[in-house]
Formats: sequence, C-alpha cells, structure tokens
Amino acid sequence: MKPLELVCPAGTPAALRAAVEAGADTVYCGFRDETNARNFPGLNFSRAEMEESIDYAHRRGSKVLVAINTFPRAGAPELWRAAVDDAARFGADAVILADVGLLDYAANHQPGLRRHLSVQAAAANPDAINFYAETFGVRRVVLPRVLTVQEIAAINREIECETEVFVFGGLCVMAEGRCALSAYATGRSPNMNGACSPASHVHYKEEGSELVCGLGDFTINRVKKDAPAPYPTLCKGCFQAGDYQGHVFEDPASLDAATLITEFASAGVTALKIEGRQRSRSYTKTVVHTFRKAVEAQAKGLPIMANELQRLTEGQTTTSGAYSKTWR
Amino acid sequence: MQTSPNIVAVPAPVRLLMRPLPLLPLRLMLERLVSGLIRRRPGLFLRLDHHAEKVFLIDPTDLPFVFRLKPDPEHPSVEPLRRERAGAWDGRIAGPLGALMGMIHGTFDGDALFFSRDIIIEGDTEAVLALRNALDDAEIDLMEEAAIAFGPFRPAIEPFLRNVTPVAARITGLPLSRSDENEVFT
Repeated sequence: MKPLELVCPAGTPAALRAAVEAGADTVYCGFRDETNARNFPGLNFSRAEMEESIDYAHRRGSKVLVAINTFPRAGAPELWRAAVDDAARFGADAVILADVGLLDYAANHQPGLRRHLSVQAAAANPDAINFYAETFGVRRVVLPRVLTVQEIAAINREIECETEVFVFGGLCVMAEGRCALSAYATGRSPNMNGACSPASHVHYKEEGSELVCGLGDFTINRVKKDAPAPYPTLCKGCFQAGDYQGHVFEDPASLDAATLITEFASAGVTALKIEGRQRSRSYTKTVVHTFRKAVEAQAKGLPIMANELQRLTEGQTTTSGAYSKTWR
Repeated sequence: MQTSPNIVAVPAPVRLLMRPLPLLPLRLMLERLVSGLIRRRPGLFLRLDHHAEKVFLIDPTDLPFVFRLKPDPEHPSVEPLRRERAGAWDGRIAGPLGALMGMIHGTFDGDALFFSRDIIIEGDTEAVLALRNALDDAEIDLMEEAAIAFGPFRPAIEPFLRNVTPVAARITGLPLSRSDENEVFT
C-alpha cells in the first residue's frame, strides 16, 4: 500500500529545508504578507526565498504548496492576485486558496496551476466541495477539524477531488475563515490580516505565582506555577458561564491523530497535514520525522507509535479532536 | 507536566565562580560577533523588520548576568550586565542558558519551551517572536560565529574550538553548537 502523502509546514526557508530532509512529501508555506493565514512577525518567505525554496524542494523530490488563504480586502485584490501569479511563476505545485474571487482569478489566469481549497473555506459537506471542484477546478480540499472519521468517509464517497486532513498540531474547532473571536478582541481579522491572536496584542505577565495571559484588553488565562502555559486564543480561554468556570469552548490541547492514520486511509483520505508554520525548524524536523515513520508503518501494516510528541504541544496534552467525538 | 528533555542548568558553584568575572572582555567579544552577523546575514535583519530597533533582554537565569541586545543594523550592541543593572527593555526572554542556546542552535522549539514554562517571555511579544523567528531561520552556530569574530586569528582558533566544543558540550550538557541536521534520525 502506498503511504499517505505527508504535507508539512514551513514558516521559513530553514524550516522548509528541515521538512524536506525529514521526509516531507510536500511542504506548504506562504509569502511574507497578509495573503496567508500565518502572518506572524519574522515568518514567511520573500519572493526570492520562495523561488529558491521551491527549487530546493523540487531538486530533492518534494512538492511545495503556497498558501494564499486569507480573504482579499475589498477594493485591494492586487496583493492576492500577485501572490497567485508569483506562485505560478516560481513553479509551485499548487496554491491553497479560500476566497471564491481568488479561486476564480486563479482558474482563469493561471489555469495550469493546481488549486487546493484551504481549510479557511470551511467546506464541510459534499455539496460545498463539489461546487468548488466543478466551478473552480479545485483538485483537493483541506477538511475542517470538526468532522468525525465516519463523516470524512461519507464525504469522500460523494466527491471526485482529493481530501487532506489535519493530523497534528494546533487545534482550531471554529468554522475557519468565519470566526470573528480574535477580531473582536484585537480589531484585526485572522481571515483578512492573517493572524489569529496576533502577537502585537498578546501579553504575558508574571503575577505572584501565576502567569497571566492576555489578548488585547482581555485576560484569557491565569495559570498556576508549573502548569503549562497557553497561547492566548479566545476559544481556548477560561471563562465563567453560570456556575461553571473553565475552558468553555476548548481545552488548550493539541491535535494528535497518529493513531487514526489507518482509519483515514480507509476513509479515502489522500494526504495528512501537519500544522505549525509558526513553529521552529526543530519542531518541524521532529514532527515530520515522527509522522514519516508513522505513515510508512501504516503502509506496511505495522503498529503506529502514539503520544510521541506531547512535549512539543500547547497544553502539553493531545487529543484526537472531533475525529473521535469524545468532547464535552 | 512534561518538560523539555536535556535542559541542564549551570551548576551553582560555577555560577558563583563567574560572579566576580569582569564583563568587558565578554562585551567586546559579543559586539564583534553581532557586528559580523549583521554584515554577513542581512536576511536576519529583514526578518526583524522594525523590531530591529527594539531592546531585548536575554536573561539566562542560571548565570550571574544578563545580555542587553539592540540588533539595530546601524548601531548594533550587546551588553552583558549585572542583572540588577539591566535597565529598560522592550522584550525579555528568560530561561536556563541551555534552553536559550538550544533555541538558537535548533535543538529545542521555542514554543514548546514556553508551553512547558522552561522559558518566560515578557513585554513586547511581537518583537520577541520576530527575534525568535529570525534567529531560527538564520541557523546560527555560536561557536562558528565566535571563531569568525577572532578575525585574523580565526585559522588558529577554529580547529581548537572545533575539537573542544563537542567535549565541552558532553561535559556540560549544553547545546554549544548548531544541532546536527540529521541527529533526529539516529
């Protein structure tokens, strides 16, 4: 059996090289501007770096996908269209898009450039996916992290294009591309400016034995000494609701679906995506290497090691998320 | 809670021995090192963008001094200072020397060190993140940079450092040089 395709994150050229060396079939990355949904300071690729990195990956047999997955600002589509044109010019293997206008632009102006649908489009049923495939020639859809494995299998039975699912990393359970929680707290939209909980609005303060984590004017978490520190995203914050005080939406745990790889393969999934373009080359190297071993083991019918990467994760705990539907 | 493996603290007796040492030679050495980095790696400062104008306090909590870093490409400076004389800063990164060196050398992931509370960040989070990402992409080897900072004496110093560094790393447990690209595969 052929191993599932491993799609790996790279926030910098160094991380891209680490991913390729560690066994990534495919690396995804973005330009250094608001056209991609990991627009954090110090990250991403200049035009020259993108061209060099695509060449580097191709010479070693890996593919590069360019994420242009934010939504263009009204009246200013040029930045996003230029990103599509440049990705095509540099020889990217596909672009990952979310906006229907940009999908239409890419289909008409760069028809030879393969189009993937970003998770930011939140296409979570066969009708929506078939619409994107038939209208814009989308060849692969990245599924939102809100579906069970059974639902993924049901979707795959009714669509013609490939599916890619998240297998490891930060866990977003919102309707991606539509969530406005971070924009409410910071005034900057993850979907248009490219950063959920932008670092410019994040602050940490040691108060006695507690670490206070804030986003804009809001305190999102207070954690006791030696408890894992979270990144302050509203959906993983502590809130009071009636008599309940705690993580109302989601615990600060990370996704690790390594043990479900065989089920993903049976459900007709083509590719496994690792989240983490904002992480270091050390993270990339370790996670990609671990999942390389896992997909090879799955293809040979061997057991897959579980929970090998907890120390790298937010919350220092992992979950299989909605895939197994064991949540509150 | 799991903590990142292999982070060793500088032993207390060593810390005590270091306390009276003069900081001027270290400062001169570090300024040469940073100036060289700026000349040879302009990409690092492009990644820092406007954050290059900020002041970063690098605080190895197991050393008796801190480093006040201003990575301004025009007037870079890095000052070792007694902790009580650190002065004002925009962003602070604090943790054991091993954790901080491990981040620079690609041995450890900065986010994982933060999640596990092995390092602390304070102040301008955006600036700290920009610095972390810029350093991570630069794939710096501090021992290599130190050898380069010796200028004309580099040919004499480099073989010595190359031989001594792995031994010193084994004895101290500190990640003294850039992580081997292939070490994860062993």
